[in-house]
Order: sequence, then C-alpha cells, then structure tokens
Amino acid sequence: MTIDMRQFFQVFFDETEELLAEMEKLLLAIDLRAPDDEDLNAIFRAAHSIKGGAGTFGITDLTDITHVLETLLDLIRKGEMALTTEHVDAFLEAKDTLKMQLDGHRLHTPVDEQIVAACRLRLQALAHSPAPHGVDTGTTALRAARHRASVAQPGLRRLHIGLPAMPAAELDALALELAMLGSLTRTDTATGTTVFLLDTISKIEEIVNICTFLLEPGDLTIAEQEIDRSGSGAAQDMVSTAEMTQGFGFFEPMNTLQMAASPLLAAQELAAEKAREMAQGYGFFEPFTAFVAAVAPPPVSAETVDVVADAKPAAGRREPERSTASSESTSIRVSVEKVDQLINLVGELVITQAMIEQRTDSLDPMRHERLMNSVSQLTRNIRDLQEAVMSIRMMPMDYVFSRFPRMVRDLAGKLGKKVEFVTVGAATELDKGLIERIIDPLTHLVRNSIDHGIELPAQRIAAGKNDTGRLSLSASHQGGNIVIEVNDDGGGLSRERILAKALERGLPVSDAMPDTEVWQLIFAPGFSTAEEVTDISGRGVGMDVVKRNIGAMGGLVEIRSAAGFGTTISISLPLTLAILDGMSVRVGEEIYILPLGHVVESLQPAPADVKDISGQGRVVKVRGQYLPLVPLHELFGITPRYLQPSDGIVVILEADGRKVALFVDDLVGQQQVVVKNLESNYRKVAGISGATILGDGGVSLIVDVSALIRSSQRLADETLLSS
Amino acid sequence: MLDTKKFGTSDNEFLAFTLGREEYGIDILKVQEIRGYEQVTRVANAPEFVKGVVNLRGIIVPIVDMRIKFKLGEPTYDQFTVVIILNIGGRIMGMVVDSVSDVITLGAEQIKPAPAMGTAFNVDYLTGLGTLDERMLILIDIDKLMSSAEMGLIESVAA
Amino acid sequence: MTKTILAVDDSASLRQMVAFSLRASGYLVTEAVDGQDGLEKARVQVFDLVLTDQNMPRLDGLALIRALRALSTYQKVPILMLTTESSDEMKAKGRAVGANGWLVKPFDPQRLIEVVKKVVG
Repeated sequence: MTIDMRQFFQVFFDETEELLAEMEKLLLAIDLRAPDDEDLNAIFRAAHSIKGGAGTFGITDLTDITHVLETLLDLIRKGEMALTTEHVDAFLEAKDTLKMQLDGHRLHTPVDEQIVAACRLRLQALAHSPAPHGVDTGTTALRAARHRASVAQPGLRRLHIGLPAMPAAELDALALELAMLGSLTRTDTATGTTVFLLDTISKIEEIVNICTFLLEPGDLTIAEQEIDRSGSGAAQDMVSTAEMTQGFGFFEPMNTLQMAASPLLAAQELAAEKAREMAQGYGFFEPFTAFVAAVAPPPVSAETVDVVADAKPAAGRREPERSTASSESTSIRVSVEKVDQLINLVGELVITQAMIEQRTDSLDPMRHERLMNSVSQLTRNIRDLQEAVMSIRMMPMDYVFSRFPRMVRDLAGKLGKKVEFVTVGAATELDKGLIERIIDPLTHLVRNSIDHGIELPAQRIAAGKNDTGRLSLSASHQGGNIVIEVNDDGGGLSRERILAKALERGLPVSDAMPDTEVWQLIFAPGFSTAEEVTDISGRGVGMDVVKRNIGAMGGLVEIRSAAGFGTTISISLPLTLAILDGMSVRVGEEIYILPLGHVVESLQPAPADVKDISGQGRVVKVRGQYLPLVPLHELFGITPRYLQPSDGIVVILEADGRKVALFVDDLVGQQQVVVKNLESNYRKVAGISGATILGDGGVSLIVDVSALIRSSQRLADETLLSS
Repeated sequence: MLDTKKFGTSDNEFLAFTLGREEYGIDILKVQEIRGYEQVTRVANAPEFVKGVVNLRGIIVPIVDMRIKFKLGEPTYDQFTVVIILNIGGRIMGMVVDSVSDVITLGAEQIKPAPAMGTAFNVDYLTGLGTLDERMLILIDIDKLMSSAEMGLIESVAA
Repeated sequence: MTKTILAVDDSASLRQMVAFSLRASGYLVTEAVDGQDGLEKARVQVFDLVLTDQNMPRLDGLALIRALRALSTYQKVPILMLTTESSDEMKAKGRAVGANGWLVKPFDPQRLIEVVKKVVG
C-alpha cells in the first residue's frame, strides 16, 4: 500500500512556520552571557523537527540548511561551542532563508538559490571554526562539563575492526588511513584475516566509509569497547556495518554481548543476523518471538545508573510546565471563517431573541407568566453565549507585539542605533478583526520612533542620556476601550519645526496653539518634517494613513511629547461589539439610541419652562437650571412630529460634566443593544458613535453624546451669563 | 487608453446591470451578493444619494443610489428594486440599480476603449466599452469609483 | 482483537503520518504530543505498542520510556524509539532505559508497518 505524503504537507508547512517563528522568538530573547538551557534545547528541537519532517516528507531542499543548523545548535546546547552574536545573526538568516524556501513550497513564491547557498556556507563556516570565540567560555565550559557528566558520552573508544583476507597493499593503505583517526594496532590472525584495534573518538560510520573504499560492508565487522570503564561488566555493542544501512535494530540482552575470547567469531555470528535487520532501518534489542514480546527489561544495575540518569533538561530541570506545549494538546485549530460564522449566527440569535421579547412585551404578564419567565431565561442564556463567543475572537496583543522584536533589532542595526525594546500588557486582549488592522499603523509608529525619535548613541550620550534608547509598546484596557501606546525616550517632537512646516503648507496655525493641537498637525497628508526622507518610514504618507486607519476602527490617536524626553503615541480603540444599555427615542419616523450611561432623566417640560434666546436657540429650565435645548430633528435633518418641546419629550443628557436637554418626539424604550461599527464600511458620521441592530432587524444609530454636548457648550455658557 | 493587461482570465467576467437606459458592467469579483431594497436606516446629514445603512447579517452596510448620484433614470423603490452588494477592498457597500441582467464573459477583443465623453461617468472610472451581440455595456471600475473622494463614502483625513 | 498503538511525537505532521499509516493497516492509534502527554495517556490505557520520538519538550523519549517501565502495567509492553540516528550512544541509552528497539527516521510508511507487524502482529 502506498500512502500519498502530500496529504501531510499542509500540516508540515504550518508546523514548520510555527517552529521557525518560535526559533526566531527564542533567538531574539536569548541572553548571550548566560543562555538558558531549555531555550537552547527548544531551538535545537525546532531545527531538528524541521529537518526530520523535511526528510520524511521528501522536501529535501530544506534539509541542507537545517542539517548544518542542527549540528551547530547541538554543539552549542551541549556546551561544545559558545553562542555568539555572529551565531545568532547566522541563525536568524537561516530562519529567513528557510522561510523563503517554505513559502516557495507553500505559495510558489520564488526562491533565490544564491541566498540559500550563501546561508548554508555561512553556517558551515561557523561549524568549522576552530574554537568557540567571543563570550564567556566559562559558562560554555560549565555547560559542556555538565552535559558530559549527565550523559555517558563515550570518550575514547576502542574499535575492534575485523577484516577478511585482503591484498597486503590494500591493508597497508587502509591502516594508514585509519591511523589518522586515532591510534591503531594491527593484528594479523592465523586465519589470514586482520584485526585492527583503533582507539579513536571518530564515529563508526566514518570508519565504515573509509573501509568501504576497499571492502564490501558485509565483509567488515566492527565491535566497540569502552576503554575507560569504571563499573563492572562491559556494556558492549555489537554493530555490524550493515546495521547502519538498514535503519532499525533490536537490542539484545546485555549478557549475550560479552566479549568472548574470540570476539571475531561472536561478532560474525551476530553480524549475520544483524545484517538482515540493519538493511531494513530498524532494530530490536531482543529478538521478538511470535507477536507477544515477553521482554525482560534490562537490569538497571549500578553501572548503567549514570547512563539512565541523563539529565534531559526537559524532564529534570524546569518544573513550571511550558504552557506552549500544553496548549497544543488542549486547543484545536478552527478556521477564521467558521468563527466568524459562529459569531454572526449568535448575533442573529440575539436579534431573534429581541424580537421575541418585543412580542411578549405586549402580553399580559399574569396570564403568560411562565412564558415570560422562559423568555427572560432565554435572554440571559443568549447574552452569556454571546459573551463567550465574542471572547473566541479575542486574541492577546502578543500576537501583534511578537512581530516587533525582530523588526526593531534589524532596523536599529541598520540605522546604527541602540534600542531596547520592551512590551507591557502583551496579554491584553483585542478582537481579532481589530488586531489585524492595528498591525500596519503600529508598525509605522514603531519605525518612526526608531528612525526619527531615538537618537544615535553619540547624540544620546551628548544629551546626557543612556546610549541605548528605550522603545516600549504597551496595551491595557481602560473603560470600554483598549489603549495601545508607543513610547520612546528619544528627542521628542519639535514644535518649531512642525509649526514651520505647517505654515509652509498653508495650514491654519498660530503660535498660541497648545502643544496637543500642534502634534495633531503631523497627521496631515504629505506632512513630514524629517530632514531626509528615509526609505524606512516613507515619504510622510504614513501618519495620515495611520490616523485614517485608526479612525476607521472607531478609535482615536493622541500624542504626548516633550522635547528632549521623548514621545508617546496613544491609540485608543473601542472594544468592538460592546453591549450598551441604551434608551431608544423616536424623532419623526426614525429611531435613535441614547447611551443610558449619559441619560440623567427625561421629562415633558411645561411650555413656560422653555425660553427662547434670540438668535441662539432655546433653553429649558430643569430643576432650577437652564440647559441648552438641542432638538434632535434639527441636528439630523428629520421632520419631527412635534415642534414644541412641551409636546414631545426632553431627555437630559450629561457628558464631561455638562448637561443638555435633547428634544425628541417620543421615548420608545430601554434595551441592551449590541454596538456595531459604522466606520468599517462607511465613514465617521458627525454626532453618531455607532449603530445597532434592532429587534426587527432594522438599524438604529447611536448618538454620540459627548460630541453633541461639546457643540452646544457655547450656548450654555452664554445662557448662564444672561439669566 | 485600453489597458489590455487588465483583462486577464478572471477579469473577463462582468455583472451586467441597468441604470436608466444604459447597461453597465462591473468586475464579478467585486460583487458579494444581490439583494432587494429593504429597511434602510437613514444616516443624518448624508448626501442625498446615500440612502442610509442596512443590516447585512450583522454588519452595517451603507447603501447608495447611483441613479440619484449620477442623475440616471427615476429612482423608484419597489419590490423589483435591486441592490448590488459590493466588496471593495474589504469594505462592504451596496448600490441601488434599476435591474440586474446576468453575468457575461467578454474576451479582450470584445472590449474597446471608453469614450471621453457621452457617458454619465467620468472616463477615469471606466475601464472600457464591452460589446456582446447587440448589447453595449459601459464597463465601470467600481473599485475606483466607490473609493473616490467624489463619492465620499470613505473618510479622508482633513488636515 | 485490534491492536492498539500509542504514537508519541511533538511533530504534528510526522505523528499524523504515523497514525494515518498505521490506522490504514487496521491498528487503533492514539497520538500524544510529547512525553508528558504520552505518559498520561499510557496511564489511562495499556497499549499493545508504544512508538516514541526522542527530542520532545516537557518529557523526552528516553525519560518517557524510563517512566513507562516504572509502571507495572508496562513491564511487557513493547516500546520502540523513533530516532534520527542509529549511533551506539543512542542504542546504549535506549537499551538502558528499557526500549525494545528503534526505527530510524526518516522512514517510509512501508517500513513502519513492517516493523509494527513484526512486533504486534
């Protein structure tokens, strides 16, 4: 039966992509002075896994680089080579190259073979560099010693190489070659064969390779013997060269592997049996009889204790479980489309439930008590379901933040700047839809900070600062919003330059403008005060796009800056699909929603309490206070049912410490509504903060109370003065 | 100028619809679905051709009436009125048209350059004139049109 | 009776390939993502055969095998190591912890099935 490997490709590609990302993340975080063993092992495992998978699934172009990478990483994790910046750079390059190759397979994007070759050569050069150079050889040596102590590494071994009858000249040649690998003693036996005893640290495979120039693998036997054994009983391996090519093997019980008086004969007997197994690529330590393998576990005796006690760091050292490992077994992959569909369906359910509520509203609660109770229960259940489903789409900001360390490192390096990159609040969650859209704006802001914000080390020192700049990305929940900040301790924005540039571009500015307004000028299209427009952060087309993108998500951008100290860009985004307690009001044929949090009370004023301020509109007396009257129908150009407040309803709204009286036709009701974003597909509408879907499926717009109050502020002040 | 590069294999399918007396065509890949005209919520202070927004399976979608914007035909709203829901670079929006005909395929040779004058739309928004049997379709670059400042559907930043 | 196999490997693609190949040959395969996961699953069910990778996070292959052999239920269960090399070092360690044999990666499904048949039938 043949199995089509291609069905596993997608999984392998996904896995490889994740492994590469994990590898990069660990490499960027690693402390060269004291690299964490567990991290080194994890990086090694990543390369090892990719190589293994590539081999298994026949994706051979990945194996070249991963093989050398794995070799290097193995040396480093065992402490036999020191990890230096050079290594990390080379490994990151390898990661990029592998990604390119992976994309070539996955997306059929072009693969530059020259880059692949260059990368491989760079790694190979490092692999063959004579001594671990650079950093603290002390810790390297320590790790090496620790590793050796925990692993019973055979050091020098004695290989017993049995050769058949051969022409003398060939034997001599062979002896010469082998002698270069260690110390060789040669014994010619009575039967005309020859035995070489070679003390070497070379691997058996190497010996075999050399010998097979002149011999068939089956003619050769190699037995191994530990030279420096302290314990009793020799744990010996009878290895036939054919075993290597087979690819599997079964262990034999240790007592059958004692070195007999004539090792050669014993070896040959075993070899014959082994040869068969070895050609197959697997092996058993003890032969299996029938199918029921009655395997006696090898005695865990004293001399093997040190072998058994190998401290694999994964098992021994680190008790706090790596959550990445456990999360794999407790999570499942679901496509985004499925989640979105689920969310839409739940949304429909909420609307249907609202419809049911509407219908039951008009029923007599006495007669339909149980129905009403059930409907209430249903409402609660659905709200819970909705919250749970919405949280599926919430992802931690780390998804965004994790892209930056590499970018910051590369960019800072390219610009000759030193930047320390810190993230705060990576666990803060944000809806997936917004997360994707925040990446571009944040990237631009981060690049700006490094490019224009943080100064060159020399400049920083001259300014009395640390030569390394600090760039931080933070996220936190505040109120119903998520606040994401990009902060740098660079030179800050230059008020003079910005004002000058604005004047140049004919923008209305004045010297009296407060800083906060001056900073907002940089969002104008085409605005860039950078003396040189570097290709890194663009030709000043960036900031206006950033603001637009954030606006499209229903968010705001604020800037705080102090010359010489740095700049903070603060983005605040609404946590989408928030549930709002709203009061619905009718004007004309249209229904609007007022956020209940801003509603103080509602009343029908007496005609005498409504006064006209000539040329400036009307005010209403409420509890001894005159409040500006804001007719909603005027604000939104609707034909109302009532023109006199005393015929309709006045809703007292409050925001930012101020109150207004909103004049509408009727109060419709009060309900919880799901806030929908208007800017996703349309644009920001003045006076409207969002939309919601009503029980009947129709759309209702939510009034932006703060904006409404701000615009009527002036009237209120003047009214107070004159009353 | 006819940009022949635009007419690759997937660019050749158009949704044909009518506005007033003319027949138009737009890239089928931009069309998400076709719906009737129903329950549009007016948006305050929007231009006349922006009829308002609708609820499309949970998302808020603006609906524009091209007949009003470009003064084509009589804007009537009845059970036969059709709204074409478009997906323009991730933004969903709907446009009211008189009727939708069918999906047609045009080979590059069936497409001629659009005339500079004589159509309701600025030539910048046209990708050409398509001919199929007796029919002549004015092919619109709906992406460019809907994203334009002229339509004002997408916010541009004021300095 | 259908034979049950526990396949332990942190590489999802490889694990799936192993599971698929063996299931197609009529075996019941349970997958585990690392040594820890494998050990937990082995405690709950006694499998007819355990196949385990070496390099895994949390608990690696050798540690898993050692832990399994410490369980009374796993004294006689065949355990094979899936290993990327067939060095004597590997073999020494494997035998010492109580593995019954090894299979070198990369292997093709044919070989895998052949070995498994040899062991459990």
